[in-house]
Amino acid sequence: MKYWRRPLDADHCRSPHGIVHIIINRCKGCGFCINYCPKQVLEFSRHFNRKGYHPPVVVKPEACVDCGLCGAICPEFAIWSTPNPECILDEPAEAKPA
Amino acid sequence: MSELLTTPAPGGPVVEEERHPHEPFLRMDRIPHIWCSTCGLGTVLNCYITAIQRSSVPRADHTIVSGIGCTGRAAGYVKIDSFHTTHGRALPFATGLKLANPRLKVTVFSGDGDLVAIGGNHLIHAARRNMDMTVICVNNFNYAMTGGQFGPTTPEGAKLTTAPYGSYEHPFNIPFLVDSCGATYVARWTSLHVREMIETLVEALNHRGFSFVEVISPCPTVYARRNRLGTGLDLLKYYHDSAEVRHGADTRDVDISFKGRIIVGRFVQRCKPTYLDTMDAALGRSVGKEFVCYEGPMQASDGRS
Repeated sequence: MKYWRRPLDADHCRSPHGIVHIIINRCKGCGFCINYCPKQVLEFSRHFNRKGYHPPVVVKPEACVDCGLCGAICPEFAIWSTPNPECILDEPAEAKPA
Repeated sequence: MSELLTTPAPGGPVVEEERHPHEPFLRMDRIPHIWCSTCGLGTVLNCYITAIQRSSVPRADHTIVSGIGCTGRAAGYVKIDSFHTTHGRALPFATGLKLANPRLKVTVFSGDGDLVAIGGNHLIHAARRNMDMTVICVNNFNYAMTGGQFGPTTPEGAKLTTAPYGSYEHPFNIPFLVDSCGATYVARWTSLHVREMIETLVEALNHRGFSFVEVISPCPTVYARRNRLGTGLDLLKYYHDSAEVRHGADTRDVDISFKGRIIVGRFVQRCKPTYLDTMDAALGRSVGKEFVCYEGPMQASDGRS
């Protein structure tokens, strides 16, 4: 993740990382999660689900910060994220020196 | 085309068997719900389920009552004690529920046509009495389930089935209505403001008194289509552009015009004795020392405290 300055708690905090879970056949293809994901993790799939909608597909799994917005905005209870305890992606916040 | 239908989508942990964390709170035999693609009602229900998990009230004490309409379906989808009442009568039913068992946290989850139009009289009197309950009013500006007739919340100029040249009536400003009737917690969000909505719903559920949360929600199939506003996603973008957060705003200024700005936020939060408080106080004065505070007929009849 890019920071415009070095965070004050950078020595002991790391940005979280999440795993996105999608139930593709429950999705109605509204695109809320795709449009409002702050990290642009999702995109419309080329494929159809059983209902004939295009469900989201994870295109940048490494960018997910487990903010939970996709899970909160989904009207169909078809997408959510869980924290990924194993994988910590960022080196703690190496921002540009001021 | 057949290749697109049969092959699984590539990339990403797409999992079929896993269960959504809200599934313990949903009647899964009724899911998927009937709400249209890009409708905002599912989002509001999703936020409500998060809020009941975060509220200080135990799950067994939560009850949900709803009336008729698209939003009225919500009571059938939530796996807590729920009741789907007749049109407009969600509030009187909820009032009776609260009086029968005052320990319950009663939530009314219904639409604008149910609460403000046919149930308008019940709304103002529930607010006036400061009944201890939470009302979630999902406002989509029309009667969506019956085909898009205009109602008391339709903004002036919006076209609908029964207003093909545009509605010419002055709409209700719902936060002002309930505020002036005596509601003690009034807030408004749109279905885009999910985090704020969850916070507000938790506050409203923990609030003692009549708490009212209006949620502006897109209706892609009727309201947006008749007015050529695009899909629900386009309406969320409109909310993003034109919503203005103003906590503590004077509710007289928060009326909504067609394609105009939407003022959102927590408008009113105050303390006032609830209906049961005033009843206990008044009867206590009349009866004197022998008066026992009202705990509902069930507790009184079986003799347990």
